[in-house]
Amino acid sequence: MTDRMGFFTDTSLCIGCKACEVACKTWNEVPEDGIELSGMSYDNTVGLGASTWRHVAFIEQPAPSARVQIPAVTPARAAAPAQAPAQAAAPAQAAADSMRWLMSSDVCKHCTEAACLDVCPTGALMRTEFGTVVVQDDICNGCGYCVAACPFGVIERRETDGGAYKCTLCYDRLGDGLTPACAKACPTESIQFGPLDELRERARGRVTELQQAGETKARLYLDDPEDGIGGGGAFFLLLDEPEVYGLPPDPVVTTRDLPRMWKHVALAAIGLAGAVLAATRRSRP
Amino acid sequence: MSPRSQEQQMVPDAGFRSYYGRPVLKEPAWKSPDVPAYLFFGGLAGASSALAVGAHRSGYSELARVARITAGGAISVSAAALINDLGRPARFLNMLRVFKVTSPMSMGSWLLAAYGPLAGASAVSAVTGKLPRAGRAAAAAAGAMGPAVATYTAALVCSTAVPAWHDAHREMPYKFAGSAAAAAAGIGLLALPPDRAVPAARLAIAGAVAEQTAERLLERRLGAVAEPYRSGKPGELMLAARVLSLTGVAATAAARGRNRVLSAVAGATLVAGSAVSRAGIYEAGRASARDPKYTIAPQHTRAAARAWPPRAGDTPADDDGW
Repeated sequence: MTDRMGFFTDTSLCIGCKACEVACKTWNEVPEDGIELSGMSYDNTVGLGASTWRHVAFIEQPAPSARVQIPAVTPARAAAPAQAPAQAAAPAQAAADSMRWLMSSDVCKHCTEAACLDVCPTGALMRTEFGTVVVQDDICNGCGYCVAACPFGVIERRETDGGAYKCTLCYDRLGDGLTPACAKACPTESIQFGPLDELRERARGRVTELQQAGETKARLYLDDPEDGIGGGGAFFLLLDEPEVYGLPPDPVVTTRDLPRMWKHVALAAIGLAGAVLAATRRSRP
Repeated sequence: MSPRSQEQQMVPDAGFRSYYGRPVLKEPAWKSPDVPAYLFFGGLAGASSALAVGAHRSGYSELARVARITAGGAISVSAAALINDLGRPARFLNMLRVFKVTSPMSMGSWLLAAYGPLAGASAVSAVTGKLPRAGRAAAAAAGAMGPAVATYTAALVCSTAVPAWHDAHREMPYKFAGSAAAAAAGIGLLALPPDRAVPAARLAIAGAVAEQTAERLLERRLGAVAEPYRSGKPGELMLAARVLSLTGVAATAAARGRNRVLSAVAGATLVAGSAVSRAGIYEAGRASARDPKYTIAPQHTRAAARAWPPRAGDTPADDDGW
């Protein structure tokens, strides 16, 4: 077992270029899935699905009263990527002083306690040596259980061939020691790939830095191994509440309640057997 | 409107924040009528197998025969519906690649793999009269598994992220057991004169009353998350199921084990009530996945209560319109 690998998506650095979406589609040969205009700001991708494994959300919202300059990533990194968001904001500053744009590249969370993997009846979903969760397409029979079980609405059945699909965290690239396509393509290092422990440590420093700079609503999402999914293999730094980005505020893997469910199923089955026996008691003389 | 953060403008007229009102969850890929049929016929089969054993023991041999035939037929339809719902039906047997207690569908597949052939053999023997002893043995084995067949599907639908299903996991197994009992008894009442289906009349009333009781408890405990069970299309289905079910109870009681017509009406309404309630549960789950409020609001309340005092600018727990 190698280190557990994952994504840290620092949304404070996202410029909404969608290079991650394009790189993901290209590398993984994910089919086209609609080119309609959604009317949702610059987001015409709309959401993750069978044929969308990275999705950039765009939120236009009133800016916090005191305008915060997003600080540079880390001193060690060149200033270039860190300059990007500030530059992007600058020209529109005068006109749009009262609004801000939140952008965030969403992806499969590769949960520590993954509901999709737990409920999969064929073993098509599996945990890799990198701690990621992938679908083995040659085994999946398209039962759709994972679709209903995912608390993030990530995995989906592709209607053209009936199989379930989602982000693989570029399992094929990882095997060759390469960075996943989306992280490789990200020009601002908003998407960071690496050993999960390192990413978590870096993220903690980053969120403190942002909060000290006045970005009071900055928070980490799915970074905590004690949360409802045991922490995400992909986690995020958000600048507002999760639901604003289309993320569930407090997801809990359904399997945690399964022992209780089996208990009630057993009691109900015993009750049914008892009712049948009582009802069929001989009553005729 | 209470004074909220200005971000509320993004989702006007909603008591919670979301991403353009988009659902957080994917709607289940399970289709209708496949999945409601899978649930209904699976329940009917399981309870019928149990009823067959009881009826045989107490000397109601015609009722036992009807129940055995029903079980064999119903489990065939249930399995066919399940296979038809797969995205790749030809790979159905991949269900038996692994044995996973964390997957109710895996456990159910193994259960059906054992139960299906027994229920089928029992039904064939009952119809043809061939191999009566082997047929009775198969019926007894199927009867022992029947209650599990009728109830495991509750864990299957509840072990999902779908709010109206998952949150109902305490009551759903009892609801399914009652629904299955009412349906199996209903077939008995339909097929036989009431004096030869006395146990079916008793089971019908017990099953329907248990189902309705579980439903009331479910709605009371779930509060706002139970809303899909009461409103819109699923609400109409649940209401229709309740009316059918209670009509069945009333007609069963009124038939007093003598009136053939009333007894048959009771049987038909009980079977229909069970079938419609499965459709209602299915649609309620879909509706609760489609509307982000059922996902976001309870989770937000939970998270905000844990993170007290709230972070500056966050929507407080008591201000989510719930």
